[in-house]
Amino acid sequence: MRQKKLYVLLTALVAAVGGMASPAALADKASDDAAIARYREMIADGNPAELVAGQGEELWKTKRGPKNASLEKCDLGLGPGVLKGASAKLPRYFKDTGRVQDLETRLLTCMETLQGIDPKTVIDAKWLKGERETMAALVAYVVTQSNGQKIDIDMTPPQMKKMYELGKMAFYYRSGPMDFACTTCHGDTGKRIRLQDLPDLRTQAGAAAGWGTWPAYRVSSGEFWTMQHRLNDCYRQQRTAEPIFGSDVTIALSVFLAATAKGGPVLTPGLKR
Amino acid sequence: MKKISILAALMAVSSGAFAAGGDIHAEFAAMMDRSFKTTGIADKYRMKQLDFQKACSAEKEPSKKVMQAIEAEQLKTIRYPADGKFFGDWKEGEKIAISGRGLTWTDKTRFDNGGGCYNCHQLSHKEIAYGTIGPSLQDYGKVRGNSDEIVRYTWGKIFNAKAFNACSNMPRNGDAEILTEQQMKHLMAFLFDPESPVNKK
Repeated sequence: MRQKKLYVLLTALVAAVGGMASPAALADKASDDAAIARYREMIADGNPAELVAGQGEELWKTKRGPKNASLEKCDLGLGPGVLKGASAKLPRYFKDTGRVQDLETRLLTCMETLQGIDPKTVIDAKWLKGERETMAALVAYVVTQSNGQKIDIDMTPPQMKKMYELGKMAFYYRSGPMDFACTTCHGDTGKRIRLQDLPDLRTQAGAAAGWGTWPAYRVSSGEFWTMQHRLNDCYRQQRTAEPIFGSDVTIALSVFLAATAKGGPVLTPGLKR
Repeated sequence: MKKISILAALMAVSSGAFAAGGDIHAEFAAMMDRSFKTTGIADKYRMKQLDFQKACSAEKEPSKKVMQAIEAEQLKTIRYPADGKFFGDWKEGEKIAISGRGLTWTDKTRFDNGGGCYNCHQLSHKEIAYGTIGPSLQDYGKVRGNSDEIVRYTWGKIFNAKAFNACSNMPRNGDAEILTEQQMKHLMAFLFDPESPVNKK
């Protein structure tokens, strides 16, 4: 009974917090402003992600790894050390690595080249443990500095166009014992699971409500989740095999979502159920 | 030898170009293969598609003809209860409808699964936390009665929804061995029993 009460309380919180995720509510430009206003209201008492971002800032500036260097010269696409607005333009094609990278895989590159840290220490770690926890804190720090910007990824390079196509194919790909795809939950407008509103990720408004509000602090688990973490858990619930951290399917899906969401507001770090 | 290397270079260039026709499918397959791994009970093999899964993985539904062929094929998988009894205990059925657990890589065994019905369907008059991906099933038995026809149809739908709608969002609970025969009987009782909160306010 007590649990049920807690559940009702939580669902009420979802209704309050999840309001901004309602795809119908984001149907036009005017509602972007409403989403921003609601986000501001939501985080008026503070977003616990700020604490994680604070740790991230310290880690960013701390000399670490075999090369005993900080990440202050890390180039996230706008030049070494430029963080303002950087994550709003990710994923992007990077000439130096010859790859399309999202925020996390780009940070892996910086950790490897600047600090000499083996990417495997992140890729093989568990969520919120070891170097992957470090990664999450860095992400929180970086995305805070794109808050309020517009989602604006550069789709000009052919590599980005290809990733978009691959991401779209992944989005519709049904497999596993439950025959699910991303579209099973996110391929229609105005649906929900239990009481959780589901953004229709095929539409600009829906994709913006999803892509623009992650990474986020999850109240239910008391954890800060990166986009890699979010996508990983989507696949867990689809009952597929596990996507490898930073693998191309996660990048392709990210490009597909960010391109679809283009122009929508970046409200990161988000605050979720 | 020289010819081959020129050809290889040409191919490398063209595959770098955007979506060179059919190449995108090969690239997609390669991407999926290198992007997933086996974790716990969730084997990498799960990424291999069944024929109908593949047909239902495009932006648009397949043609009516393809859908009908899939449905005919899936219909053959349905096994009706050997003892002819379709109904278990609705109270057990309600628990199964509520539980959304099972088959993820964090589950210990693949044989202890819920039905996850509430994720997508409204059922009991008393439960407000229901999803809307599937239609409301409130008053299911009350509205439809319990003729042999509707009972057998409902069993079939729970067992393999693809037999009635090729690209249905609903899992094949019986065919994919998500639920046991006994669990499906409990769900049937939950849907049809006049005392079940699905039918009784």
